Amino acid sequence: MEGQTMKIAVASGKGGTGKSMVAANLAFTLSRTEPVTLVDCDVEEPNLHLFFPAPVISTEVTVPIPVVDDTRCQHCGLCGEFCQYGALTVLPDRVLFFSELCHSCGGCMLVCPNDAIHEEPKRIGTLSASVPQPGLKLISGTLDTGSPHAVPVIRAAKKHAARDQLVIIDTAPGTSCPVVEALDGCDACILVTESTPFGLHDLQLAVDVATRLGVPAGIVINRSDGKDQETLRFCIDHDLEVIMTIPFDREIAAIQSRGDILCRVRPEWQKDFFALFLKCSTLAGVER
Amino acid sequence: MSKNKVIIMKVCFTAKGTTLDSPMEERFGRAPYFIIVESGNGSFEAIKNPYADGGGGIGPKAAQVLIANSVKTLVSGQVGGNAQEVLAAAGIAIYTYRSGGTVQDALDQFTKNTPARSG
Repeated sequence: MEGQTMKIAVASGKGGTGKSMVAANLAFTLSRTEPVTLVDCDVEEPNLHLFFPAPVISTEVTVPIPVVDDTRCQHCGLCGEFCQYGALTVLPDRVLFFSELCHSCGGCMLVCPNDAIHEEPKRIGTLSASVPQPGLKLISGTLDTGSPHAVPVIRAAKKHAARDQLVIIDTAPGTSCPVVEALDGCDACILVTESTPFGLHDLQLAVDVATRLGVPAGIVINRSDGKDQETLRFCIDHDLEVIMTIPFDREIAAIQSRGDILCRVRPEWQKDFFALFLKCSTLAGVER
Repeated sequence: MSKNKVIIMKVCFTAKGTTLDSPMEERFGRAPYFIIVESGNGSFEAIKNPYADGGGGIGPKAAQVLIANSVKTLVSGQVGGNAQEVLAAAGIAIYTYRSGGTVQDALDQFTKNTPARSG
């Protein structure tokens, strides 16, 4: 490392293709030679801690929400008109606030002519940090049950790792806001797919997101049965490189399902994951 | 307001169109039109719901349209939790109509005081 930082995201359109498996093994392998931070940004269902059990230090994630001072409010209605999310309703004698609709934009506070609105923090989730093995830091974001906005928790998790040299980010499946937030600003992106019609369909969506965000992407085919022609054709058509293929294998599945790490049980896989890392570095334009 | 002695001025019906012949819309916040009937003289006006195609948080917004139009009673199929809270705070009574007819059908039923009050 020559002081160059790198953030690699692991994403997939379809769920259950093996994002966390790839992220965990990549982090495990790299942590043997340099400090790595693994960030679990699948905040609605974080799972990397299952592979790396360790004592954690937890902190709360909060968002600012408006609080109306009844002694100052004149019920003019400007805040309710401004709010595009329907979070504030102004009645002649009171203001109703729906915190689950609020996006914490702060606009209501700015438009209030009577200085009747200030902001207070509201808890929406937690960050857990641990060091499960030398050289590896794990940060997991967890959204509280019933909290509708995952993005601020993802942002907080990424910020926690912002100064770290080498960061691997495990994203949620799909292509919605949580994935966009996790991918944004990354230097390279691993898209994990499987050679099924669903896998390919959702891979196309994920490629589109990465392209629009300007994040260079490489493809990992997981659980390959050797019949990957359609996926390979898609990759050729879209100028995408298949940077790793993991076979459909009972032993790998067994290792994974008991919460173990392939590269620990079968150390020969470490060279494959190190090669994956080098390909990510090339994608990112980082000299290793 | 008791069930038997409802003092009404303006009653709002959620509708798919702009006339009394239009089918009722079962959803409140996403209703294309609010048809507001003045009890007594029977005159009505149709207001386009600006939030019918909106993203999220439209329930409270749609409720504000009713408040701004001095509606005192709403007849609709289904009213969400947030909208219900706003309507209750504004003192707007909610009656349920789910018989799949037109606004006129719902109005007739309402005049006979048969729809179930739900909020």
